[in-house]
Amino acid sequence: MVVCVLTATTTPSPGPWPDPDRVFAALADATRRDIVVRAMAGDEGVVELSAHYPMSFAAVQKHIAVLERAGLVTKERIGRRKLVRSNVEGIRMAQRMLDRYEQLWRDRIDRMARLLEEPMDDGSEPVAIDMSAKETHR
Amino acid sequence: MTVTAVDKDLDALTMRMTAEFVATPDRVWRLWSDPRQLERWWGPPTWPATFTRHDFTPGGHTAYHMTGPDGDEAHGWWEIVAMQPPRNLEFRDGFASKDGTPDPKLPVTEARVTIESIDSGKTRMTMTSRFPSREAMQQVLDMGMEEGLREAIGQIDGLLAEDAA
Repeated sequence: MVVCVLTATTTPSPGPWPDPDRVFAALADATRRDIVVRAMAGDEGVVELSAHYPMSFAAVQKHIAVLERAGLVTKERIGRRKLVRSNVEGIRMAQRMLDRYEQLWRDRIDRMARLLEEPMDDGSEPVAIDMSAKETHR
Repeated sequence: MTVTAVDKDLDALTMRMTAEFVATPDRVWRLWSDPRQLERWWGPPTWPATFTRHDFTPGGHTAYHMTGPDGDEAHGWWEIVAMQPPRNLEFRDGFASKDGTPDPKLPVTEARVTIESIDSGKTRMTMTSRFPSREAMQQVLDMGMEEGLREAIGQIDGLLAEDAA
């Protein structure tokens, strides 16, 4: 059941599965989205990343912390450097949520189109208002 | 292709979908105005919708429920904010308890529909949904999508199983 599955993901613990609420809150900011894109390469640390933005190191650090809590990026120690890497699964989850909503409406529109193919009084005819129940219950 | 464009905005929490139908605007409007027509497309085949009230006027209210394969019922309501038949429709769509009372704890989605004639016998319908918050979006997805998207559920279960392995 999707309810159980997704509720389980909204627990505050930063498990391997990202929290959808935090994912969307984190992605609702252009700088943070940009950081996620840059961190796809996974070859820059906080210092290098902060050089891309007209804001303080501390501000960028804060953005990265928000992304980290949402499970969208992880920090990885490689030798003496700490690299920021995007968690592709987190991004996929955000995308998936929107995709599912899109599918809901695509399915509805498909049903609408099929319904429109059925013979029925056209709305341009005033008689159409007086439709009978048996005509629509096909 | 019936659906011609989809535009999802993560910042504004909106989704806009554009579709083209081979029908007149009046006929497309009737998909919304006639509860018997509405029942045939609002819910998926596994969760058909029954509209018990459809006061399709500005300020009017609609009450519906969707019935699942196990007989479970999911209740919902609409409030018509504005309309100009057969061109514009704006309504709020929310969840309700079993007796049809709107549930204030659950999120409300705002929907705007525009219907326009494009050329001979063709009509374009644009539907924009706006979620009040990310939490709301999540809840709508959790609740609305459960009704019928068994495949999606299977996929998620599958992914979780992969993760656990």
